[in-house]
Amino acid sequence: MIAHAIFFYVFSIIAVISAIMVTVSKNTVHSVFFLILDFISISCLFIMIGAEFLGMIMLIVYVGAVAVLFLFVVMMLNVAQQKNQWFISKENSGHIPVGLLISIIIFFELIIVIGGWKYKPDLFKTGNISSNEVTNTHSLGQILYTDYIHIFQISGMVLLIAMIGAIVLTFRQREGVKKQSYLKQISRERSEGVDVIEVASNKGVRIDD
Amino acid sequence: MIDIGLGHYLTLGAVIFSIGIIGIFLNRKNIIVILMSIELILLAVNINLVSFSIYLGDLSGQVFTLFILTVAAAEAAIGLAIIVVYYRNSGTIRVEEIDRLKG
Repeated sequence: MIAHAIFFYVFSIIAVISAIMVTVSKNTVHSVFFLILDFISISCLFIMIGAEFLGMIMLIVYVGAVAVLFLFVVMMLNVAQQKNQWFISKENSGHIPVGLLISIIIFFELIIVIGGWKYKPDLFKTGNISSNEVTNTHSLGQILYTDYIHIFQISGMVLLIAMIGAIVLTFRQREGVKKQSYLKQISRERSEGVDVIEVASNKGVRIDD
Repeated sequence: MIDIGLGHYLTLGAVIFSIGIIGIFLNRKNIIVILMSIELILLAVNINLVSFSIYLGDLSGQVFTLFILTVAAAEAAIGLAIIVVYYRNSGTIRVEEIDRLKG
């Protein structure tokens, strides 16, 4: 039990500190790195409390795909060195107290919800899902492909539409770039490609004709 | 302190959620950090769902965490594509310079 507590505190402190660093870091690339650290520590927490499939999926999807996508965009747009000015900007300083107030209110509301929930501990029985024979991945797959199959396919459609949308948004045709046109090459015929010329004796051929 | 229960995980989720909200409000730098704050908020929601799923003994929370993860990935892709297009058109993604809608 004490090992569980130690690991929980280590990972959660790392997660909270890196979440703060995501928001206050001056360099956007550093923000992405702290985001990666945050995802890794949270997925370690997931693995620790028994949701190992989700921990691994979070490592693969967030760290492997989403964070690397963020890094690509940050480096492509060349905005990494823009200074963070939210402490010294003049005309926008009204946002800061409001934002802090709203965030603190939301945080205390969530804390109150958790505290009030502690007085009703008998509403459910704490059970352990993962029995010895069936692993977490196995049981997840068993209900994901039976009970939630429609939502699963709809989420696949969401991913497809996101892919199409991203391609359509960022696709552009540049002017003045030489390209190979396969259709034009394939549909070329003998009659327009080859010209048979009667060459008169001692006259030669003018190609421009 | 030693006995880690559901309340600890929910508190961690609340802290990360609030940090995400603060990041959206306080950011004066560029939109990418705001997108990262949205990712933090979704991560906090995932923490809540997974911890409730473990402690209540119901796997539906983990299934819905999978779907939230899918939607978060799609949202990041679309958002970054929009940011790339906006940067190509206007040359900046600083938050205070994006005022085309006069909001």
